[in-house]
Amino acid sequence: MNMEVKSSYHQIKQTQLIGYILIALGIFSTFVFSVGVEGDAVFRLSRPRDPLALQNLVVPASPYNFFVSFVLTFLGIRLLIKRMSNYSSLYLGLGFFLLITCFLVWATAGKSFSLTGMLQATVVRATPIALAGLAGVLSERVAVINIGIEGMLLVGAFAGAVFGSIFGGLIGLIFAIFVGALFGLLLAVLVITYRVDQIIAGVAINILALGTTSFLTSHLLKSHPHLNDAPIFKPIKIPFISDLPVIGPTFFQHNFFVYGALILIIASTFYLFNTGIGLRLRAVGEHPKAADTLGVNVLKLRYLNVTLAGMVAGFGGAWFTIGSVGRFDEAMTGGRGFIGLAAMIFGRWHPVGALMAALVFGFADSLQQKLAILKTPIPSEFLAMAPYIATIVLVAGLIGRARAPNAIGKPYIKE
Amino acid sequence: MVSIELKNISKSFGPVTANKDINIFAKGGEILGLLGENGAGKTTLMNVLSGLYRPDSGTISINNEEKTFDSPRDAISAGIGMVHQHFMLVPIFSVTENVILGNEETGFANFLKLSESERKVKEISEKYSLFVDPKEKIERLPVGSQQRVEIIKVLFRSAEVLIFDEPTAVLTPQEVAELFNIMNSLKATGKAIIFITHKLHEVLEVCDRISILRAGEIVGEADPKVASNKELANMMVGRPVNLSLERRSSKPGKILLDVKNLSVLSEKLDLAVSDISFDVKEGEIVGVAGVQGNGQTELVEALTGLRSSLSGKISYFGQMVPNMNPRKIHQIGVRHIPEDRQKSGIIGNFSVGENLILNNYYAAPYSKHLKMDWDVVSIESQKIIKNFDIRTPSNDTLAQNLSGGNQQKLVVGREMSSHVDFLIASQPTRGIDVGSIEYIHEQLIKSRNAGNGILLVSTELEEILALSDRIIVLFRGRIIKEFESNPAPEQIGLAMAGHSI
Repeated sequence: MNMEVKSSYHQIKQTQLIGYILIALGIFSTFVFSVGVEGDAVFRLSRPRDPLALQNLVVPASPYNFFVSFVLTFLGIRLLIKRMSNYSSLYLGLGFFLLITCFLVWATAGKSFSLTGMLQATVVRATPIALAGLAGVLSERVAVINIGIEGMLLVGAFAGAVFGSIFGGLIGLIFAIFVGALFGLLLAVLVITYRVDQIIAGVAINILALGTTSFLTSHLLKSHPHLNDAPIFKPIKIPFISDLPVIGPTFFQHNFFVYGALILIIASTFYLFNTGIGLRLRAVGEHPKAADTLGVNVLKLRYLNVTLAGMVAGFGGAWFTIGSVGRFDEAMTGGRGFIGLAAMIFGRWHPVGALMAALVFGFADSLQQKLAILKTPIPSEFLAMAPYIATIVLVAGLIGRARAPNAIGKPYIKE
Repeated sequence: MVSIELKNISKSFGPVTANKDINIFAKGGEILGLLGENGAGKTTLMNVLSGLYRPDSGTISINNEEKTFDSPRDAISAGIGMVHQHFMLVPIFSVTENVILGNEETGFANFLKLSESERKVKEISEKYSLFVDPKEKIERLPVGSQQRVEIIKVLFRSAEVLIFDEPTAVLTPQEVAELFNIMNSLKATGKAIIFITHKLHEVLEVCDRISILRAGEIVGEADPKVASNKELANMMVGRPVNLSLERRSSKPGKILLDVKNLSVLSEKLDLAVSDISFDVKEGEIVGVAGVQGNGQTELVEALTGLRSSLSGKISYFGQMVPNMNPRKIHQIGVRHIPEDRQKSGIIGNFSVGENLILNNYYAAPYSKHLKMDWDVVSIESQKIIKNFDIRTPSNDTLAQNLSGGNQQKLVVGREMSSHVDFLIASQPTRGIDVGSIEYIHEQLIKSRNAGNGILLVSTELEEILALSDRIIVLFRGRIIKEFESNPAPEQIGLAMAGHSI
């Protein structure tokens, strides 16, 4: 194909679109966030008793927002004049980031707001989403669609709570991972050996998980409350770096789940992209027949990774109970498994990408929670929607079509 | 030196016997040609050899030692390497990653030693003059280079017996010549080569011995030094074949199809067809040559209303068609034989009769007042089945149960049985038997002689040369060259590879 012609055509269209979007954002933030806003926005960066306390960040609301709106419009016009840019997606990302700062300044004007607290909550809330996304990456990289992650989170959460209550947190965690593995294996048997439609099998697993845990909750946990009273993993402060302002509380004062998720993300990245088995796994997801002709056991590797995905999801599920509130409630995962799948796509089927996307979703989650405290005129449910809408826009068109593994959804049949 | 012998190999799938008592032998330093039509059982035989299938009976011996293959891995370790017809390459992987897949060199914790492997791939590629950058991604390589990667793959596994399954299907004539050089140099290093093809002149050109496979059995052997095209064709098909087509010279009339400055985007929004202009007149066949993926698909889709064009004009019979869509195009008398019969030519789960009326089921006489008249359908479809020699048990048989050749005749029959003014034939004979090819070619010539215009799109150069009155060559979506009469194949080959002079 004519590489230069094709890519330039696509680029011009994309650059133009992003230019218009940026101008629209600039106009929007001028009229909504800048006009008629009074007072300063005070962002607290440290708590008073922190060893290295920072001054509060004071932003004059109206001037800042007018300035940012101008920058947004300027960037948009610049893109339109340039017609074509390799960095248009970057511009867009920058534009959304600026808009969010505008929004925060507007919402905080005349009040004060703990920025560090929000960032800390972002990381916490991103954890289960990142783990769900990682589970998705592991199984979709071998071409198995895993809609069942939500269910696997749920059984992980349940097992963590019950076994954690009886035997303590660590044993609870091990059981959560084990039960996750069982559900992963179940999906594997259904879709790899019996070639059940992958979407249907995943939905079945979700229903099974929801039904089983709800039933056991109402018939077992209600009458035996001591089975639903698990210890919670305590935060571990990493020496020295946890005392750094902003960065310390945000990243280094969490419990085992946050660090575990990070380690798993890094380890999976090496596993998938730097090892021999990783090469085979990706080949199995892209072109299973090619792998087969070279003597790679396609089905075995699919089993392996789908089960691993179940284990990761089980671990992520345990976060909801023994990593967070210590008790199980019906359907408490609240769709995080599906958001994790969105994070996987947003992150282009890469563990680190999924983590980054999960942080965006985690940010949305914590923003909504903190804004409820600030009492903005907009209902917080509505605010919570905005980042997701932004994500849909990003995923749908502008990031460029992220490529799923080529063989995805197709069972492998030896002729 | 290595030798390989297959004795009495049989393999059937249910009631279908794909291979029956096959005996072939090849030794190091020679090229054995395995000649056979599509569906003769060549691919099954090769899958048996490469460990993908287990034979029902018979033995495979390498260096007079009997071997059984339970998996491709066994065949590979026995020294058999397969260069597949459809490349077994992962497009998003690098050359090296594809080569080492399944035989990775790893160190601590299974970590890949990629740079060492890259060095090895480079060594092999230099030793056998198979030049390719070990770090390049497969999807960025031209087809010819991808094939070199396939060959490096088998050499990396120290194969002594190399099997080439229809390796020339996707290559330009220049790439074919280069491939033959590579095969000859591999032969010189003492490798045994089995070359599977249905192209007669290729076996004559490069092979030392020829075995001919027909309907699952070896029907004879031939010596390429003395055998002729005609003899081989007759053995391959099992009856005398008429290889040359008789044509009267064309008397082009008025313009039927006029394309001006047409540009079309592909699925991925690439500019697949870029500013091309040409016309087709009454009573002529215009051939569109080119290596697959140079815009042919998008061009045909635009002309038949299946894809909207970006800019430019398409007019049929002197008039633009407003809001082009496939039904309108059909109604004005344009017929279309699509390139992929499985995907867009037939509906496999429909009967032959239903498939035969797919293009005008909605009109009389098949449909009256919202109701189908199945009796008329049955009568009309039986006529087409007879006229176009479609071999089917009945018109109620599911189309998917027909052979490829008969499926294609079904498509041709449907498109050419009603009144034709203009025909767009895209890959009309891809992957079908010689008998059906012959038949379809005759139909096309007949239609042309009757004064119809035909746009013939084909990646088979021989087909283009045999049928066309004029030829245009597409390269990266542009017309890189036009030929008024029959040029030498080498000239077209150069144009197909992108040389405009």
